[in-house]
Amino acid sequence: MEQFLQQVVNGLSIGSIYALIALGYTMVYGIIQLINFAHGDVYMVGAYVGYASMSFLGLDFFTSLLVAMAACTVLGVIIERVAYKPLRNSTRIAVLITAIGVSLLLEYTMMYFVGPEHRAYPALPGFMSHTFHFGEVVITMLQIMIVTISIVLMIVLQFIVRRTRLGKAMRAVSQDRDAAQLMGISVDNTISFTFALGSALAGAAGVLVGVYYNSVNPLMGILPGLKAFVAAVLGGIGLIPGALLGGYVIGATETFVASIGFSMLRDAVVFALLIIVLIFKPSGLLGKNVREKV
Amino acid sequence: MSTPILEVTDLTRHFGGLAALSNVDITLEAGELVGLIGPNGAGKTTVFNLLTGVYPPSAGTITFTPAGTPINLAGRKPYDICRAGVGRTFQNIRLFKDLSVLDNVIIAMEQSQTYPLLGSFLHTPAWSTARAEVRERSREFLRVLSLEDKADETARNLSYGDQRHLEIARALATNPRLLLLDEPAAGMNPAETAQLTDLISWIRKNYDLTILLIEHDMSLVMAICERIYVLDHGTVISSGTPDHVQHDPRVIEAYLGQEVEDV
Amino acid sequence: MNPRLKSILAKTAVAAVVYVGVLLLVQVGIIDAYLQATMVTICVNIILAVSLNLVTGFTGQFSLGHAGFMAIGAYSTALITMSMPTVLGFILGLLVGAILAALVGFLIGLPTLRLRGDYLAIATLGMAEIIRVLLLNFEFSNGAAGLSGIPQFVNWNWLFVLTAGTIVLISNFLNSRHGRDCIAVREDEIAAESIGVRSTQAKTLAFSVGAFFGAIAGGVYASYFYFIKPDLFGFMQSINILVIVVLGGLGSISGSIIAAILLAVVSTLLQPFPEIRMILYSLVLVVLMVFRPQGIMGSRELSLSLFSKLLPGRRQTRTKVTAEDAA
Repeated sequence: MEQFLQQVVNGLSIGSIYALIALGYTMVYGIIQLINFAHGDVYMVGAYVGYASMSFLGLDFFTSLLVAMAACTVLGVIIERVAYKPLRNSTRIAVLITAIGVSLLLEYTMMYFVGPEHRAYPALPGFMSHTFHFGEVVITMLQIMIVTISIVLMIVLQFIVRRTRLGKAMRAVSQDRDAAQLMGISVDNTISFTFALGSALAGAAGVLVGVYYNSVNPLMGILPGLKAFVAAVLGGIGLIPGALLGGYVIGATETFVASIGFSMLRDAVVFALLIIVLIFKPSGLLGKNVREKV
Repeated sequence: MSTPILEVTDLTRHFGGLAALSNVDITLEAGELVGLIGPNGAGKTTVFNLLTGVYPPSAGTITFTPAGTPINLAGRKPYDICRAGVGRTFQNIRLFKDLSVLDNVIIAMEQSQTYPLLGSFLHTPAWSTARAEVRERSREFLRVLSLEDKADETARNLSYGDQRHLEIARALATNPRLLLLDEPAAGMNPAETAQLTDLISWIRKNYDLTILLIEHDMSLVMAICERIYVLDHGTVISSGTPDHVQHDPRVIEAYLGQEVEDV
Repeated sequence: MNPRLKSILAKTAVAAVVYVGVLLLVQVGIIDAYLQATMVTICVNIILAVSLNLVTGFTGQFSLGHAGFMAIGAYSTALITMSMPTVLGFILGLLVGAILAALVGFLIGLPTLRLRGDYLAIATLGMAEIIRVLLLNFEFSNGAAGLSGIPQFVNWNWLFVLTAGTIVLISNFLNSRHGRDCIAVREDEIAAESIGVRSTQAKTLAFSVGAFFGAIAGGVYASYFYFIKPDLFGFMQSINILVIVVLGGLGSISGSIIAAILLAVVSTLLQPFPEIRMILYSLVLVVLMVFRPQGIMGSRELSLSLFSKLLPGRRQTRTKVTAEDAA
């Protein structure tokens, strides 16, 4: 029983991180139907910025988190403006390939400047490394922080999307870009804002992961990025609650598979899950079927 | 009496909460030329989409009897329905835009025969002969629709009227018994429409077809349709001869708004 | 002279020139061991690109998992030739790998090919990743250490036959009823279905055929470079192949050939600068997509018009992919 609870705790932590990254994917896909392959690498950059803040600037965890989020916001908007905006009317495949190109560019540029080796995050201050024991179950302060920060950020996001003008604009542009434009919404700014939000969350996730696993490397964004996308699709692409649900499902699946001894096959299971979902319910767990109009 | 070639009963289709079609009944005798008219949004193209299997009906039956044995079309795939003998054109032209005019027809023509896969890879002499034959027969269809000299032209370069003709040629090449034409005269001027009217009559006779026609251009409809169904808000509000329908008060009421807009 | 006959003669002539030319250059020593490796890479890339182009360019099905099929071919060929180190074993290895890959393609394709573009991409990516993870974890594939000491059977003859054969067979396929069905599906799936094209069959066929040849490429790779491991066939490799296809032009066989040669050459030239190479590569990718997304050839083919001009008869007009062009 306690084993199970431990896995739940672990699963929640990982799930929160996947959810944070998945949110960025789902928002961008919802608004411009692009699988932003570079999203996982924005997360990686966030991790490095956090690392730099804490190691070289000596800033504390929370400030570094904010710095990383800010840096990623800027990065995300730049990528959108430079690489994706010119292709807004191109074929899906062209934009997808551009996204792949940007992803590779981020990875290898980072590798060029900081080297490919893993770096360790600096140790956390006193209260952060505290652990709680409930019988056999160990919960670290860090895990609590991760889940809490994730939930807070998601609530903030939900607030922005549901209660602000910009959020409404985002929803409008997702539904019908031309109509939104005719209503006076600046489509360009709305899209940039969407990227900004998603990238900020990815940046936060990056720092949290850096601290949790205590390591960063330039290629750390690839697999989590892919899995976060799987999470977004699983929950229902374009739907924010879907990204949340998907993130936690993927986190739980991974933890479960690892716990029954098949951790080597973890990734395969996640992808197999994706294929199964796509076959039986392509709109995702929370999604609705939308047919092409003939 | 012989069974009707097409028997549609209680055809219904919901999209989410919206009932696009409710309990539509349509009967077509072999060889008839029947019109399907109604204001925009009435559900006419939805009828075609259900008949050709683009999506399944929510309720109702579709029975197609081209040659004695009745075939149930409801829920079948579009390609099976086409192979059973139903051809169609689209409201918004759906040609293979980047392929040549001839290729558009060839692809349709090739569906009626089986070709061994190995022949496709190896281009055997048998394959060559089959190919030549298909090309010749496809040219024949182009000739009929006055497109022969444009055979090698890319489809997207054709004039609008020619594109509509090509869609018809392509549909004919599948050797249908029932042809569904969705607004074939859309965007045509009166001269082109008159030409099209003659063409439709001609292909009906020449290819022994039954034709169901969606059209907004009343000159075309009244000129050649033997019977007309009038659809409004997803239900059949009137049916009968052109004369009967023209004077049906329900039809006039449904179109009144339409008329004012036209003026 | 019949235009089709002319076209066939012209292409046979080019093929003969290439075959003899390379043979001579090897004899004379201009093509040394180092260049030979590049040649093999070029040919493997050509086979990969042409087979992926069939799926993605001509049938419009976005596949990001082509490396998975390459892996199946590589491992099949490796394992079979390692226990049967004869030419017969090599042929068997290639065939088994190709058929196996086609089967996997068929099984995966059937349920996933009805997915829309980007979803299909992720599903195929997932498929390739599953293959890679499985290979990493099974005994027979020797896990992450991979297989080494694979008997080498690939020489210029094999290379030429397999590469030219792939090009010919796939070109033929595209200029047949089956190929045209695939192209129709790409152009407009709904319209294609309305004229009787069995779209699911066409897509699955294209996917299986693409898988077949992808595996052949893998077998050739294994039998020349004599060492394979699962990480060689990951996401990056699938991307590499896709880049070649897109660079050459989706829907252009000659484009894929040109791009394969070009990228292999550039890659070799930049060998001494690995990080810069990747940065440049990704920059090229982005720039290409922004400024010339249709690639080098768009969807047109190299028309060998030079040869047509030498031989009497019809004038070749440049049109999009047509039945005539691919002949």
